[in-house]
Amino acid sequence: MSLRDLAYQDAANPWFSWDYIRTNSSTILDALGEHVTLTAEAVAVAAVVAVPLAVVAYWFRPLSGPILALSGVLYTIPSLALLAFIAPAVGPTRSTSVLIGLVLYALLLIIRNTLAGLNQVPSEAQEAATGMGYGRWSRLFRVDLPLALPGILTGLRLATVSTVALVTIGALIGKGGLGNLILGGFRNNFFKAEITTGTILCVLLALLLDLILIGTGRVLTPWTRRAR
Amino acid sequence: MNVVQEGWVYLNDPLNWTNPGGILDRLGEHLVISGAAVGLGLLIAWPLGVWLGHSGRGGGLVVLLSDLTLAIPTIALLTILPLTFLGFGKPPIIVALAVFAMPPLLANAYTGVRQVDPETRDAARGMGLSGWQVLRRVELPLAVPYLAAGFRTAAVQVVATTALASYVNGGGLGQIIAEGFGLGISAAGGQILAGGVLVALLALLVELLLAVVERLVTPAPLRPARRRADREAVATGAA
Repeated sequence: MSLRDLAYQDAANPWFSWDYIRTNSSTILDALGEHVTLTAEAVAVAAVVAVPLAVVAYWFRPLSGPILALSGVLYTIPSLALLAFIAPAVGPTRSTSVLIGLVLYALLLIIRNTLAGLNQVPSEAQEAATGMGYGRWSRLFRVDLPLALPGILTGLRLATVSTVALVTIGALIGKGGLGNLILGGFRNNFFKAEITTGTILCVLLALLLDLILIGTGRVLTPWTRRAR
Repeated sequence: MNVVQEGWVYLNDPLNWTNPGGILDRLGEHLVISGAAVGLGLLIAWPLGVWLGHSGRGGGLVVLLSDLTLAIPTIALLTILPLTFLGFGKPPIIVALAVFAMPPLLANAYTGVRQVDPETRDAARGMGLSGWQVLRRVELPLAVPYLAAGFRTAAVQVVATTALASYVNGGGLGQIIAEGFGLGISAAGGQILAGGVLVALLALLVELLLAVVERLVTPAPLRPARRRADREAVATGAA
């Protein structure tokens, strides 16, 4: 009954209302859909770019300093400033503007964690692989990358959770998925139910995607479970 | 005239700096909000983190808090808090940003106290120091590099995030960007870009400044490269 208590606390403008959800379900689902699409696209593009970059930094040591330094500086740039740089160039009414910013942030998290994972690969394993006649590429795909998988997955998880939260920034140009509900509720005469619905769905989405990635990680790296 | 030139013109117009609601006003708001948010975060996170680290409990709590704040969108807290008892204006914005400043402060304070060599701690105990004295004279001095690193992370993060206060008309440099988007990109593309440059420059400036401060307050022997070798000598020196 706690939800009902919550709903009747402030009859005119409740924090939570099933009524709002029922009457606006299509808007909410659209926002959720946009949110999931943006998150998935951003993390996927970032992963495709970041993992090879991390491998380059791993193979050519002198490059890892600059790559990490650049990622550190980029990470300092506020998300809103990034949107201000990108939107005038790409177009303010397109979700591509938001997507580019999201990819840049996700990129850095994945690069750092992948590189950390690769650097943790035991040298014994590498020497054994070399001794067995593995070349650079076959060692990468059969030894280095599989053993770095926990690090890569940590990067993907961090990137996914923070991307889910970051998508909402796009609400300033109307392309923020659930952020549109949060900001829309604020602008729409402080409509609390809309704000809360957007927020709760956002946090739940982050949690759900995180759980999915943890599950995938467990399936892909059975040896880490055996070790514990 | 392209957007970059328009942005340059905007930044070169002295009235854009000195007008009410101009760049200088916004910069002042930005610094006041950021400073208050970091200050509030410090007041809560440092004592809590140091105490948790000293007693060796609550490691899970620290992790949980940082995971949770990672998942909550900033603009959610920024829109929700003004509708609570805090009311509109600066207080809800400062509280919202302080929430996002807490995880790095808390985690670093906790780790800083936890990482103190158990042998050092035992030695201090053996010399007859009480728990409180061990904390004040051994653990805290040795945790300074971690506290400084946490402060730097939190401060830069808050300065960057304060830009989002503009979503709820909270002021700060982000307001220049948000007003630009309100006017439309064809009319105010230059203003949007100029605002972005200002916010990014401020964040980078704070990052550089605090990197120098972090180096200054870290006692030479505790600086990363030589930390391990000299730890024992420092412990006796600091105590």
